[in-house]
Amino acid sequence: MAGLQSQDYIRRSASTLTPPSIRNHEAEVAKLIDVSRCIGCKACQSACMEWNDLRGEVGHFEGSYDNPLDLDPSTWTLMRFTEWENDKGDLEWLIRKDGCMHCEDPGCLKACPAPGAIVQYANGIVDFNSDACIGCGYCVKGCPFDIPRINPVDHKSYKCTLCSDRVAVGLEPACVKACPTGAIMFGSKSDMTAWAGERVAELKSRGFADAGLYDPAGVGGTHVMYVLQHADRPSIYAGLPDSPQISPFIQGWKGVLKPVALAGLALAAIAGFLHSMIAGPNEVQAEDEAKGRRLLGEGDEAP
Amino acid sequence: MTNTWQDIKNANVVLVMGGNAAEAHPCGFKWVIHAKIENHAKLIVVDPRFTRTAAVADVYAPIRPGTDIAFLNGVIRYLLEKDLIQHEYVRAYTNAGLIVKQGYGFQDGLFSGYKEDTRSYDKTSWDYELDGQGYAKVDDTWQDPRCVINLLRQHVDRYTPQMVSRICGTPQDKFLEICALFATTAPPDKALTSLFALGWTQHSVGAQNIRAMAMVQLLLGNIGVAGGGMNALRGHSNIQGLTDVGLLSAQMPGYLLLPKDSELTYQQYMATRQYKPLRPGQVSYWQNYGKFFVSLQKAIYGAAARADNDWAYDWLPKVDGGGYDIIRAFEMMNNGQMNGYICQGFNPLQAFPDRNKIRRGLSKLKYLVVMDPLDTETSRFWENFGPQNPSDPAKIQTEVFQLPTSCFAEETGSLVNSARWLQWHWKAADPPGEAQTDIWIMSGIFHRMRELYRKEGGAFPDPILNLTWDYTNPTDPDPEELAKDMNGRALVDIKDPSGAVTLHAGQLLDGFSQLRDDGMTTSGCWIFSGSFTEKGNQMARRDATDPREQGLAPNWAWSWPANRRVMYNRASADPAGKAWNPQKPIIEWNGSKWAGIDVPDFVPTIPPSDAAGPFIMNAEGSGRLFARDQMAEGPFPEHYEPFESPSPNVLHPKVKSNPAARVFADDRAAFGSSADYPYVATTYRLTEHFHFWTKHALINAVLQPEQFIEIGEVLAKEKGIGQGGWVKVSSKRGIVVCKAYVTKRIKPMQVDGKPVHVIGVPIHWGFTGQARKGYGANNLTPSVGDANTQTPEFKAFLVNIEKASAPPA
Repeated sequence: MAGLQSQDYIRRSASTLTPPSIRNHEAEVAKLIDVSRCIGCKACQSACMEWNDLRGEVGHFEGSYDNPLDLDPSTWTLMRFTEWENDKGDLEWLIRKDGCMHCEDPGCLKACPAPGAIVQYANGIVDFNSDACIGCGYCVKGCPFDIPRINPVDHKSYKCTLCSDRVAVGLEPACVKACPTGAIMFGSKSDMTAWAGERVAELKSRGFADAGLYDPAGVGGTHVMYVLQHADRPSIYAGLPDSPQISPFIQGWKGVLKPVALAGLALAAIAGFLHSMIAGPNEVQAEDEAKGRRLLGEGDEAP
Repeated sequence: MTNTWQDIKNANVVLVMGGNAAEAHPCGFKWVIHAKIENHAKLIVVDPRFTRTAAVADVYAPIRPGTDIAFLNGVIRYLLEKDLIQHEYVRAYTNAGLIVKQGYGFQDGLFSGYKEDTRSYDKTSWDYELDGQGYAKVDDTWQDPRCVINLLRQHVDRYTPQMVSRICGTPQDKFLEICALFATTAPPDKALTSLFALGWTQHSVGAQNIRAMAMVQLLLGNIGVAGGGMNALRGHSNIQGLTDVGLLSAQMPGYLLLPKDSELTYQQYMATRQYKPLRPGQVSYWQNYGKFFVSLQKAIYGAAARADNDWAYDWLPKVDGGGYDIIRAFEMMNNGQMNGYICQGFNPLQAFPDRNKIRRGLSKLKYLVVMDPLDTETSRFWENFGPQNPSDPAKIQTEVFQLPTSCFAEETGSLVNSARWLQWHWKAADPPGEAQTDIWIMSGIFHRMRELYRKEGGAFPDPILNLTWDYTNPTDPDPEELAKDMNGRALVDIKDPSGAVTLHAGQLLDGFSQLRDDGMTTSGCWIFSGSFTEKGNQMARRDATDPREQGLAPNWAWSWPANRRVMYNRASADPAGKAWNPQKPIIEWNGSKWAGIDVPDFVPTIPPSDAAGPFIMNAEGSGRLFARDQMAEGPFPEHYEPFESPSPNVLHPKVKSNPAARVFADDRAAFGSSADYPYVATTYRLTEHFHFWTKHALINAVLQPEQFIEIGEVLAKEKGIGQGGWVKVSSKRGIVVCKAYVTKRIKPMQVDGKPVHVIGVPIHWGFTGQARKGYGANNLTPSVGDANTQTPEFKAFLVNIEKASAPPA
């Protein structure tokens, strides 16, 4: 099978056309991250860098094992470590692999004003098409999980693709393949949900009474799910949202406000046209060139 | 490892103590997760720090670095007092009932026979009472007060839960919870596996740490069974191979020992190595020592090793005084007694204790040869890298030769993994630049040296001139040819008593049982015999078929010895030959022979009725709760404090630290006191890096970019140290300036009524590579080793800590 194509789209950003969904017989996929068997080795993180050919900068020690400290345009997945003392006073070291959740109802896609820059395939993967991205950052605001990051060099937004290129040819995502303890699994959403049920039962037998599956309804469920020892309080896992929702502004932007906003855009375009006619086009100044060179100089590793 | 990685999944309880398997062995750790999920196993972690292994453990207990023997002796006391041992196993398979000589004793921290002037023991009293036939006397009823189990009971009596907690700082309830979990594996069909590594070896009592746990395992009947064993997780991909082929200062391949300088003749050497059985009917396999030794000499010297020159015994170096371990080597360098050093695949400036002493030693050399794929710190020791390596090149005359070598993926050969599997691998790429394989380089050095000896004679040319070097390409021998050398072959036609030829001249041997002490066979490493036979390269096998799915995969690669996957597997069956655990049998007696899913670690035809013990390498045939004269510091493990410790030895204040450990005077002078250096430090590695190699790789450098130490919240607050703030850690030997990770994962422990703070020092940073420059952790560590192995005491020493500012970039 070739790579995922427009025929596989079920959603497309900023488009009034309904995608053809010719291939909507595809099974929905999911990645299941079992936090209870994760040892925080970062094999997933290095596999992600390898497969996607990403190399961030050698940073600094910042007071935790989170390296880099946050997601960035070259860090699409990140182990986040939390030292948490439970109700018995015993320490638990909660280690969560952070990255795109591939929401069933993706806030990024809803927020995106660039036609086709964000798409959702029939298998559930939410993917960014850099060619169409305008770098506006609306996806960042639209994401309830704070995942996308704008690259300051090429002004495009980046995040985990769930290795859509690998999945399209029948492979599991790179992080799944690299995980030594089987803490990251991949398959159909129904299989992963069923397996999560077994894991939750096992954790309950070990005394984790509140163990459960994280597949939040507020975004229609996700195609990346967690097995959590303490599913009653997701936020202890480095701020995993307890009940993620798409911002009401985004919902509004897609709903009643959309015609108003479009009118605003039209006005701005007209104003811009008039300004251009009267004041002439912007010239590139010397300092702009210098700034650009600096950015590019720092951006050798940019994808 | 006695067992395999995959076998861990068969365990009911997994103990990680003296190691940090999830961080240091993340790939193998998958089998612990299997054990948890498929076998409902409980995972126990005992460690000074709450590690990434602890993050997935069922029970975690803190322990003060260097007090593991107190903990484990406490476990032994608990098991004996509550009578939670596997009785039939202990009675039949250990030396519990053997009677110890009058004269053996233990008082005030010392065993009988101590000689203070030499810091060593006269061990003659550490043995059994013998009968008229030379067999050890036994009391299977365990009534005799001098039988081993009663002496052990007496020895560990002091290690009450209160005492354990007082020494180790482990809360009593956690200790007792763990004891109870251990005891759940005393029933014959239950097993505990012990996973350990440098957290046990890198102490002045390292070997006894491991012995203590091995004794626990014998008492629980967990040696030789599926899901049991003592499993040393090795730290390099081929460090097991290194020890197997004898690259230690007093050893030869296959765990044969280099002669001592007191053993002037071959006959004297062999006199103490005949290993006559100490109980009737025992196998005592080391009786074959001569066959292994002569075959090794034939591999080294070929036709020049003859019966009439005692197989060239005189050409072997003789060990004077313990061996030339690394601590001694650098002591000699500092004293001007060693002035050349060939450093092959080793980075002493990063890896050895008391780094400033290492730098001083290297500075005194005439020449240093570094063979390495990487630009190591050692090869640049003479260069000024700022405070991280403050050398003055103008004052250093050492001539340094850097010989770049290929790395593992750029060469063909075998690697021995922790489970003793020799796995053949194939070259994937050519080495870059001028890099050459180690074989090519060593061949070149050898040929040039031999030529010099030929031309110039020299004091003792025989061992070099007579070395056999029979390879198709003498300047670059093929790894397969070398592997065949290790395996061994018949040198002449070998006939059975009827005169029929059983082995043709030149034929590769099937295994070490074919080796002979008459010069008709050769084998460069007897335990590898069987790895490359006439059937081909057994190490290259890749059939993952796994009978009973018990994690043995007998046709995947080849495991020494004899492709045996579980050592001592005779002990997986009861004395009558039936599996203790019918769900997971390994071998059983089928009425005519021992058979099952593994190669029997036993003579396959000896019936259970002969009562031969399963520990065939021991002359008494049984597992040793009492070690006889095999250990430097005593036949039972005893708690001795690390050489730098904040606490007195509350058991025997006059004998604080290991009385049999060798300590050089200048190293002793460099020990700090707790008055000046009040905190306990321990060094370790992190998942993101492999020792000092991966800081040369960009991805690893991104994942863990910069040096830090770990400090608990309480001490950090006391010292005004903030999260990520700069600190200076100092020992009497040197300093490390880096950032602090203030963590909940290290908590002060109450030791003998006082709080003890632990500071964690990861080891990975240096001054070459892609990661940020750092101070070597071994600036801090003391130069003293285990009394048996001289493995340095990296895991427990004293430091001070204070707030600091960043060093100049």
